Amino acid sequence: MNRLLATTAAALAASAVAAVAQTVYVSNERGNSITIIDHESGEVVEEVPVGQRPRGINLSSDGKTLYILASDDNRVEVMDTETRQVTHHLPSGPDPELGILSPDDKILYVANEDDNLVTAIDVENRSIIAEIPVGIEPEGMGITSDGKTVVNTSETTNMAHFIDTETYEIYANILVDQRPRFAEFTADDSLLYVSAEIGGTVKVIDPSVPEVLHTITFEIPGVPQEAIQPVGVRVTEDGSKVYVALGPSNRVALVNGETWEVEEYFLVGQRVWQLAFTPDEKFLYTTNGISNDVSVIDVENNEVVRSIPVGEQPWGVQIGDH
Amino acid sequence: MHIPTRRALAAGAVALLAAMPAGAQAPGNGEATPVPAAVLRVEPERPRLPLSRLDLPPEDLGFAGARLATEDNRTTGTFLGQDFTLEEVSTSPDEAVAALEELTASGIQFVVTMADADTLLELSDAVADEDVILFNATAPDDRLRGEDCRANVFHTIPSRAMFADALAQFLMVKRWDRWFLVEGSHEADTALADAYRRAAEKFGANIVESRVFEDTGGARRTDAGHVQVQAQMPVFTQRAPEHHVLVAADESEVFGSYLPYHTWDPRPVAGSAGLRPTTWHPAHEAWAGMQMQSRFDRLAERPMRPEDFNVWVALRSIGEAATRTNSTDFASLRDYMLGDEFQLGAFKGVAVSYRQWDNQLRQPILLAHDNMVVSVSPQDQYVHQFSPLDSLGVDEPETTCSF
Repeated sequence: MNRLLATTAAALAASAVAAVAQTVYVSNERGNSITIIDHESGEVVEEVPVGQRPRGINLSSDGKTLYILASDDNRVEVMDTETRQVTHHLPSGPDPELGILSPDDKILYVANEDDNLVTAIDVENRSIIAEIPVGIEPEGMGITSDGKTVVNTSETTNMAHFIDTETYEIYANILVDQRPRFAEFTADDSLLYVSAEIGGTVKVIDPSVPEVLHTITFEIPGVPQEAIQPVGVRVTEDGSKVYVALGPSNRVALVNGETWEVEEYFLVGQRVWQLAFTPDEKFLYTTNGISNDVSVIDVENNEVVRSIPVGEQPWGVQIGDH
Repeated sequence: MHIPTRRALAAGAVALLAAMPAGAQAPGNGEATPVPAAVLRVEPERPRLPLSRLDLPPEDLGFAGARLATEDNRTTGTFLGQDFTLEEVSTSPDEAVAALEELTASGIQFVVTMADADTLLELSDAVADEDVILFNATAPDDRLRGEDCRANVFHTIPSRAMFADALAQFLMVKRWDRWFLVEGSHEADTALADAYRRAAEKFGANIVESRVFEDTGGARRTDAGHVQVQAQMPVFTQRAPEHHVLVAADESEVFGSYLPYHTWDPRPVAGSAGLRPTTWHPAHEAWAGMQMQSRFDRLAERPMRPEDFNVWVALRSIGEAATRTNSTDFASLRDYMLGDEFQLGAFKGVAVSYRQWDNQLRQPILLAHDNMVVSVSPQDQYVHQFSPLDSLGVDEPETTCSF
């Protein structure tokens, strides 16, 4: 009886503060689940079982729908974030690894890692509208704010492919360093950051040409160069701060968005791969795949403030205002 | 710019390559600048049979790895206007030089060799005055990286020293530092045992006992199976001083596989049997290894073997050099592969590259047993001033190679 009252009270309390709640979604690659965290309290609210090998996840702009790329089930699972239930699936082509939503949330572009394809999925009609052959082992996906260009990176071909979303044709290719993993546009589309995991660099690309403007390198005292493996990249809305997850060096780098100098390294958990800002950009979450936790970086104060245990081998992270 | 759909191109290319018997030539895309390469597989007349029938070599051993690499190279090539072609040649030791000369006469400057050390040196000397590079994919002999090194030979297979060091590091991390070394009686076995002796000294292990298992000949495949072995091995391994692990140096494959569970003392076996150092294992999934395995499985319809990997990485080196230099010129490609910037992702967690002092590919080495990868060396605990990968094998200050 007390428990029921307590739960109701908590539910009432939660709904009362729903307007400022920020909810964190983390995919657990090995755990086959999504861990849901309430940002305010830092508590894990629920771990929802989903399909096999969930990796990339994408939250719609209104925070109501979470798309989960279940790589080993070869499909996208669609979760209603209010009920936290998977309501239906979308066809995705084989082995979807990482995806990106069009700005209007209508199309989900997915990299099919095992099949050298980018697949465009109409999420409302639940159908595949295009398949674009790209290089070997595609993963990184970036999109301009007008949705007209999707950039995909291929890990073994070491390229960033620029795809016109009207014709679904590749119109340009840029060679980057070994094993590119992530592609991220700045909010104003003026720059594209592409990480190279084995190359150990992040390329800064002018997408209008396209051409490489600069190569960001990293050096951490006491850490072997080989361990510095850039994966996820996130940029603040104003472009001034660029965060890069550096894999088995267990650190996230803060790069100055104008000078492209590294300003700081944050020690987080083990094998940090993906990053996400809270919608207010005050905090940055990192997924630490080997230590099975996420770290929280306070963006304003430049410090790691929290670690939260999640499921097994956390991979993707998305955060909604909800 | 219209890009032909890679899928169609690759599908066509793969179908073509798969349909041809060994010794055939894959046609190239006529529009792009070609980078031709070949694999030369030298097979002894009476090849040694492995102890386990599971280890019988498939018909396309090495060639399948070459086909995958060529396909990978061609995908990038499609985007850059370069084409990669492959020729596969099987030959005998007596005809190897002639076969190589035929390849180089047709304009091929990059040849991956699957041959033993003596044959490799003959091949190297035969083309010493030409613009040709041989990639050694199967001979682990330390002398090829030392006193018998050749400027025109690059090694993608690790040396015996590297294999021994890879295992030694793991054993030391485990604190299994008392070894009982059992070596075969052939030259290759002695050389491998020497590598283990060197590794023991380098990493502080103690070889408490050494024994030689004499090869007395006899058939490999018999109907008696395990019966005699079960009596023979315990007797052979009894009365050794206290040890943690039995290290078998049996490159000639005479006795190694018969040791596990037949040792007198209940101790794990490592080296040529049990926990084995290897460049590749079909169970390897980490660092996107899964992607390589599935692409290989689809292409070859069998698991990928170390020989396939060694050939793959050789051809991918050429492809990577051609991509980065945007050139097909021999000197440019060679210089790039030996240069400071060369890096190749090879699904082993860190980039691989060539050592400038002996042309050896530095790379992580897997330690595998049965159906699983157990560990990967270099172990985290070992540091090195330049690259942890150089803690495996003969390092620059120690090399006896001078080109």
